[in-house]
Amino acid sequence: MGIEISSLTVHGALDALSGGECSSEELVRDVVAEIAKRDAEVGAYVSVDEELALEQARAADAARSAGKCGRLLGVPIAIKDVLNVEGQSCTCGSKILEGYTSPYDATAIAKLRAEGAVFLGRANMDEFAMGSTTQNSAYKVTHNPWNLDCVPGGSSGGSAAAVAAGEAIAALGTDTGGSIRQPASFCGCVGLKPSYGRISRYGLVAFASSLDQIGPITKNVRDAALLCEVMSGVDKMDSSSMDEPIPQLAVDLPADLKGVTLGLPKEYFVDGMDDDVRRGVMAAVEKCRELGAEIKEVSLPHTKYAVSTYYIIATAEASANLARFDGVRYGKRAEGATDPIDMYGKTRAEGFGAEVKRRIILGTYVLSSGYYDAYYLSAQKVRTLIRQDFEKVFEDCDALLAPVTPSPAYRIGENLDDPLQMYLGDICTVTANLAGICGLSVPCAMTESGLPVGLQILGPAFKEENILKVGHAYEQARGDMPLPEILKR
Amino acid sequence: MNYIVSIGLEVHVQLRTKSKMFCSCDTGYGAPPNTHVCPVCLGYPGAMPVMNKEAIRMTVLAGMMIGSEISTYSKFDRKSYFYPDMPKNYQITQYDKPFCDGGAVEIMVDGKPKTINVTRIHLEEDVGKNMHFRGSSGVDFNRAGIPLMEIVSEPDMSSPQEAYDYLTALKQIITYTDISNCNQEEGNMRCDVNCSIRPEGQTELGTKTELKNLNSFKAAFHALEYEIARQKEVLEAGGEIVQETRRWDPDTFETYSMRVKEKAHDYRYFPEPDLMPVVLDMELVEEWRSGLPELPEVRKARIITQYGLPEYDAGVLVSEKALADYFEGAAELSKNPKAISNWVMTEVLRFLSEKEIEITELKVMPKALSELVSLVDDKTINMTTAKEVFAIMCEKGGEPAGIVKEQGLAQVSDDGVIDAFVKQAMAENPKSVEDYKGGNKAAVQFLVGQVMRMSKGKANPQMVVGLLMDLMKG
Repeated sequence: MGIEISSLTVHGALDALSGGECSSEELVRDVVAEIAKRDAEVGAYVSVDEELALEQARAADAARSAGKCGRLLGVPIAIKDVLNVEGQSCTCGSKILEGYTSPYDATAIAKLRAEGAVFLGRANMDEFAMGSTTQNSAYKVTHNPWNLDCVPGGSSGGSAAAVAAGEAIAALGTDTGGSIRQPASFCGCVGLKPSYGRISRYGLVAFASSLDQIGPITKNVRDAALLCEVMSGVDKMDSSSMDEPIPQLAVDLPADLKGVTLGLPKEYFVDGMDDDVRRGVMAAVEKCRELGAEIKEVSLPHTKYAVSTYYIIATAEASANLARFDGVRYGKRAEGATDPIDMYGKTRAEGFGAEVKRRIILGTYVLSSGYYDAYYLSAQKVRTLIRQDFEKVFEDCDALLAPVTPSPAYRIGENLDDPLQMYLGDICTVTANLAGICGLSVPCAMTESGLPVGLQILGPAFKEENILKVGHAYEQARGDMPLPEILKR
Repeated sequence: MNYIVSIGLEVHVQLRTKSKMFCSCDTGYGAPPNTHVCPVCLGYPGAMPVMNKEAIRMTVLAGMMIGSEISTYSKFDRKSYFYPDMPKNYQITQYDKPFCDGGAVEIMVDGKPKTINVTRIHLEEDVGKNMHFRGSSGVDFNRAGIPLMEIVSEPDMSSPQEAYDYLTALKQIITYTDISNCNQEEGNMRCDVNCSIRPEGQTELGTKTELKNLNSFKAAFHALEYEIARQKEVLEAGGEIVQETRRWDPDTFETYSMRVKEKAHDYRYFPEPDLMPVVLDMELVEEWRSGLPELPEVRKARIITQYGLPEYDAGVLVSEKALADYFEGAAELSKNPKAISNWVMTEVLRFLSEKEIEITELKVMPKALSELVSLVDDKTINMTTAKEVFAIMCEKGGEPAGIVKEQGLAQVSDDGVIDAFVKQAMAENPKSVEDYKGGNKAAVQFLVGQVMRMSKGKANPQMVVGLLMDLMKG
């Protein structure tokens, strides 16, 4: 068959399908073949439901020949294992959800389904989206397709690795503090975290309710725009979803940046930042200047409080969100308990991994009476200041340019015993979640050791078009990036 | 030693919304276990709550009825604790910004009004129901997520009777607004009680205990009686009251300790991030207010003046909104509201209590009752017949004029017919005629009775008496 899966984009697949070059069934079979070839090494998927995917693909093919259309008709997509898809497992990378089958579709999934998307399988992740390496999965370690000794990032590491390794045409991730943008950056993909409220969270298993957002991980900006557009919109099942107009994100993408003002937040270019990352990002900034953008340095003075603020709010919400995993109604139940309290204790002790336990304990602590004001309440106040920082700079800037992380992908096992060091890696990404704004990660360079570097583009809330325009224009000017060696084997 | 008793109540009232507080599941009572459930009220991964606006309206109405201040800004919070009947292991409730602040309910103590202050009314979700079988346990989540309004009072009650009266008054107010059935058997209205005593002369409140498992007003009354006596005994013996939660056992009529409160339980309240704060539009609130029903006391006063009824009658009639509605439905159509009131207070209430049914289930419609009263007033039937007709309507419904016609119950007012009966009665009972003529006026009653018997109760009694006396005079 003539389709080259490893670099196939969503738009490319749609062209091939509508042009009759291939059927959705063939496409799914080809992708499954790629998974079979490589996933033993990469470990992007927790599970692949080939039969179900083929069934959906055949339905899509039948719909297409019946003259029906759908904006994603027949395109196979990998789903992070934290989103409910009716009839599928949803482990959240945790033992505690072993045996759970989703009785319903997440709203984002239902919207993709309505446009004819095919759900390939469940992408690996850090347990309950807590982590930035995907090493916290209870099921497997996912490897970075660019260097199998490195992490793919996280928590949506399986999604990013699948896209980078040609094991998916696109994938869904979720981003609570950088969990889409950081793995996209580590794996050389495009990752979009939409504004808070842009895409319904109904059916996304909550980590931190006021920070979580669903978003796409793709091979180019236009694909990310299309997936975001399809999933967007107010949802009566999610009170935090917003009734904001949905711009035609995927069509109107200009080639230059004339008249666009881009800010460089100085706090994001931190001391100790990796040289290759700095060089890559600054080269991308120059490229944007060449495209006609005006570049100005700006300041987000409260950035230094962002990581601690984030870890207070996120863990507090998580401590309540994860209380429902108790062995009573679904998932794992520990054997041999003598009473309900004993059952809770044993089930949660056996079911949760170390990082999840750490965060539940942290969150329980910061909400405890006597500590609430000092931690949670203060964090909410700082969060307002961080949001105001952004509002101020967005008065003069259409978007901001920054690194996604201070370093490229870590080696597997690195920093694993030093959670604090790991948390500090989130410095450039957590602010967007705290402020509810949108952010995009676009590959911009390779390090000397051959790892991708991402450029982060941040935009005001509900101005996804701003960052997609910048991302697309930059991507066009940048030209093609190399492909991982693993794809050439 | 004399003691002052302080009682405060937390009353939970299930609101009669069609759907649950945060999802669209049915709220109906008595369905098979776990049939009114969905991912939201089962706390499934990824499910999210959405507010039931009707429940908010009902809570605000309750607040208006007792004069609460309605909050323009309120919010929901998560209250965390682990229990199998709680699907998410946190309850969505309201911590520091309830919908209603303050308010008061009036009760009568020794014939004088006493004000019981209400601290707040907030809205939350009900939990499921643990069920225990031989060797295993289960949870029925049908109840989980039903909107529950919690009315918290100040410790203003000083006897079990006052607590009982407060509960009765609250129930009366709530059923007036139609926001809850307040059916105690179905658990629509449940209360927790805080109780402390202190020696006379001491100003600060004594250590309180909390009593749970009070599913009826009577249980609250008896539990308080027991608990007050127990606390007195402890203090008299030189002991100290322990702050604890105690459970009422309706079988032994005792309270026993469930758990000692370690300081305060740490529920780790924080604002529910899945729900936005509620900013009530005051115009909308005023619109709700205009739809408020009349308060019982106001209605009582109006009924007294509008229908010219004695205070006693009005008091009985407004005791329940449906009863007052029934009375007014009939009285508005009638020229004789006092007769309607008499009927309602005697025949109607007697029938309801005999059959143990609600007024809304009565087959005698208000219009039919007013027609029945008219038939008596215009002498078409007499009172005896009217009671017969009422009994028929209680069984089968229908309208009285038709029943009277169908069964030939109309009063006989035909001179000729009555004349014949009267003469026959006098002929058959000459002794009574003699007695009457000899001055025993009561003898006429016997003769009237005879005529009524012969006419099968249909003869117009006034006419019978008139005719008898005329004939016996001569």
